[in-house]
Amino acid sequence: MMTMVVAVLVVLMLATALLVLVTPNMIAAVAASSAVSLVVSVLFVMLRAPDVAMTEAAVGAGLSAMVLALGLRRLGLWKLDNREKDDA
Amino acid sequence: MRNLISLLFVGGLVFLLLVLTLQAPFAEGPMLVGKGILQQGTEETGTANLVTSVVLGYRGYDTLGELSILFTAALALGVVLGRRRPEAPRDLEAGLVLRASSDLLFPLLLVVGLYIILHGHLTPGGGFQGGVILAAAFFLPVLARPSQRISHAGLMALEALAGAAFIIIGLLAMRHGGQFLQPLLDKGQLGSLLSGGTLPLLYIAVGVKVGAELAGLLVRLGDAEADS
Repeated sequence: MMTMVVAVLVVLMLATALLVLVTPNMIAAVAASSAVSLVVSVLFVMLRAPDVAMTEAAVGAGLSAMVLALGLRRLGLWKLDNREKDDA
Repeated sequence: MRNLISLLFVGGLVFLLLVLTLQAPFAEGPMLVGKGILQQGTEETGTANLVTSVVLGYRGYDTLGELSILFTAALALGVVLGRRRPEAPRDLEAGLVLRASSDLLFPLLLVVGLYIILHGHLTPGGGFQGGVILAAAFFLPVLARPSQRISHAGLMALEALAGAAFIIIGLLAMRHGGQFLQPLLDKGQLGSLLSGGTLPLLYIAVGVKVGAELAGLLVRLGDAEADS
C-alpha cells in the first residue's frame, strides 16, 4: 500500500517536473515547479521527516515560486510565451 | 584580462576545495555522534522535538552561519535591485479575489507562523519555517494593494534586533561559563511550552530575523520597476 502511494507520488512529481520543461507559459512553469515541491514535501512526511517537509512546503512551494514570479515580472517576461520570445 | 582573473578565481576555489576534501577524514571509523544525540538529546536539552535540540543546541553555531548566509543573500539582492526612481509607475490595485483572500488569509497566516515559531521546541517546525510563513503573511497585503507600503527601515531594524538577540544569547552563555550558544536557563518539564531553556528564545530570534529579512526581500523584489 505504502509503496503504491509513493510510486504514484513519484510519478506525479516527475510529470510536473517534465511540465516545467515543456510548458510554453512561464508562469505556468513557475506554478508547476512549486507543485513539484509540494509533492516532495508529501514524500518527506511519508518518510517521517516533518521538519524538512515543512521547510520544503514553505520555502520550495511558497517562497521560491514567489521569488521566481517576481523575477519574471522584473524581467518583463510576465505575460510572454516562450514561443513568442523565440519568434521575436 | 578578465578571463585570467576568472581562471585564477576558479583555480583558487578548486585548490581550497581540494585542501578541504583531502584533509577531511571521510568514513573513518563508526560515526557515533548521531547515536549519542538520539540517546541523550532530549535529556540534555529538554526539548521534545529532537531536531530543534540539534539545530539550536548541538549545532547552534551552524545555525548562526545559516542566518548570515541568508543575510548576505538578501544584502546582495538589495544591491543588485538598487533604488527605485520616485516617478516610476506603481502597479494598480489587484482584483477582488486577491484583495479579499489577502484580508482573510493575513490573520490566519500570522497565527500559524507564530504558532510554528513558538512551538518549535515541541512540534515539528521552528524559526525558519515560521519565519517564512510570517514573511508571506506580511507580503500578501502588499501584493493585493501595491500602494500600501511596508517600512523598509522598520524591517531592517527588526532584523538587526533579532540577529543581535541571537548573538547576545550566545554570548550570555559564555559569560555564565559555558560554550558559545550553549543552552541556559531551566530545562522545565519536557513537553510544556516553557521548556528547553534558551532554545525557544533563540528560535523566536531566528523566526523574527528570517521573517523580517524575507518580507523585506519580497517587498523589494515586488517594488522593483517592471520592464514592460
